Amino acid sequence: MLNWLILPWHYAFMARALIGAILVGTLCAVVGTYVVLRGMAFFGDALAHAILPGVAIGYLVGGGARQPLFWWAMLAAIISALGIGAIGKTVKLREDTAIGIIFAGMFALGIALISTVENYTIDLSHFLFGDVLGISASDLVRIALFGGLIILLVIIFYKEFLVISFDPILATTLRMPVKGLDYLLMVLIAMTIVVSLQTVGIALMVAMLITPAATAYLLTRRLPIMMITASVIASVSGVIGLYLSYYINIASGAAIVLSATMIFLIVFIWKNLPKTLKKQSVSTVE
Amino acid sequence: MNIFKSSNNYLVHRFPQHEEDTPTLRVSNLGFQIGNIVALEGITFDVVASERMAVVGPNGAGKSTLFKIIAGVLKPTRGLVQIYGHEPKGHICIAYVPQRNQVDWSFPVNVSDVVMMGRVGKMGPFRWPSHKDWEIVHHALDLVEMKDYARRQINELSGGQQQRIFIAQSLAQEAELIMMDEPLTGLDLNTQQDIFRILDMLQEKKVTVMIAMHDLKLASERFNRVLLLNKHLIGVGLPQEVFVPENLSVAYGNHLRMITTKDGVLVFEDTCCEEGDHIHA
Repeated sequence: MLNWLILPWHYAFMARALIGAILVGTLCAVVGTYVVLRGMAFFGDALAHAILPGVAIGYLVGGGARQPLFWWAMLAAIISALGIGAIGKTVKLREDTAIGIIFAGMFALGIALISTVENYTIDLSHFLFGDVLGISASDLVRIALFGGLIILLVIIFYKEFLVISFDPILATTLRMPVKGLDYLLMVLIAMTIVVSLQTVGIALMVAMLITPAATAYLLTRRLPIMMITASVIASVSGVIGLYLSYYINIASGAAIVLSATMIFLIVFIWKNLPKTLKKQSVSTVE
Repeated sequence: MNIFKSSNNYLVHRFPQHEEDTPTLRVSNLGFQIGNIVALEGITFDVVASERMAVVGPNGAGKSTLFKIIAGVLKPTRGLVQIYGHEPKGHICIAYVPQRNQVDWSFPVNVSDVVMMGRVGKMGPFRWPSHKDWEIVHHALDLVEMKDYARRQINELSGGQQQRIFIAQSLAQEAELIMMDEPLTGLDLNTQQDIFRILDMLQEKKVTVMIAMHDLKLASERFNRVLLLNKHLIGVGLPQEVFVPENLSVAYGNHLRMITTKDGVLVFEDTCCEEGDHIHA
């Protein structure tokens, strides 16, 4: 049994994947707490898709090297975050319609750009679904650096983000720079997505942002505890996902997301079960 | 007035001094328009320090909009709002207490977290709550008789308790003008009396309070002055001067039934109060 548990981590690539999954899980969970509380799941999903043109340009320019890919994706993410943020406030259309049009268009542009390269499908699928088993040591350093920076900013602006999320009118009467803080939070979400791209990919990114945080939301009653719980759930999902990936040979990004979804379902059912049972016992008494 | 000594502000140098000899609030020829829809027009009145004023009018009269303009959350399209001689922008002494149904009560914060949010303006960026901030929060909770509930999650509170923690938040903010949006709606009589006891305490502390409400009887019994609003200002002054049949029928139109009896006029209002007249910033 012990051997069974330890075996996967003898491989360096699995060990790196483990560290990567835990780092990214923690980062996404902390930032995702605000995504869940502010109802920004669609924004997060749109943002993840909208950065594909950036990834594509980085891919074409750098010939597959990681560094240019990262920086181009970062540039695209920040521009998209600010752009989507501005659309919601100015365009006459409903916000979700406007965001939907832009993100699908950007996503298509990204696919079109990548498809100019011969045999592009493998690389495209890495962008879409992640490649956690391909994480290198330098990738890990970059994830740790940027992840650390993002979490540091979340801590520094903790009380500001709390107030603008709970009561934006209060934030205004306290004369806080609400718009600036809104944009800062959106940029942090965008950076989180780029840092996490390699682990789960564009298509499943929103799950990393919202599933562990939503699970923690069901279990906790204070924001810091919710963040810590979400991080633990995300890390556990990463570990379970990698085991699944190793032993039953399924795509690692999907395995991580499925693990997180399973944990959510278990918690959700467990949270709702007592009520149902109570109802039943009441009806049998009657 | 300050019940608490003031400290440095969120961003220093942004906050106008309060001028002596000016009313707490002066509203001059205020108008607010969204597209072609007029929400408020030609509103002019003053409120003096420690006054308690009821703002009464049917749904859609613009009560919430008026409050949000005074709080500096919405910009008026015409006219001027002055708090102690300066525009609201910059003041952190104005508190707006939202309607209870506008608050996300399942947000993962407890009572003291919500009250501490009122301190954020005074704390400023890059600072965590100090011992003094916590003292102020606990004192504010004590004043609204909610000290034992400091660690409760906010969705475990009753309607009256929810209202009181927002008053505590305004106290922690060191607000000198508090505007409450229908705080009494949906509360039973005893709970309303609890709130009035706390409002009396605020008045002793020279805090000016404006309350949007529907209950004409409460407005005329428990307030210094009343303001009758329906997009236009219909009347402002003592309740018996403002709540006269002519004014009320202008404000409410068909939604008001007036029955003349030998003791005076009985008034029934049949507008409902659950839907607020909200315009979001």
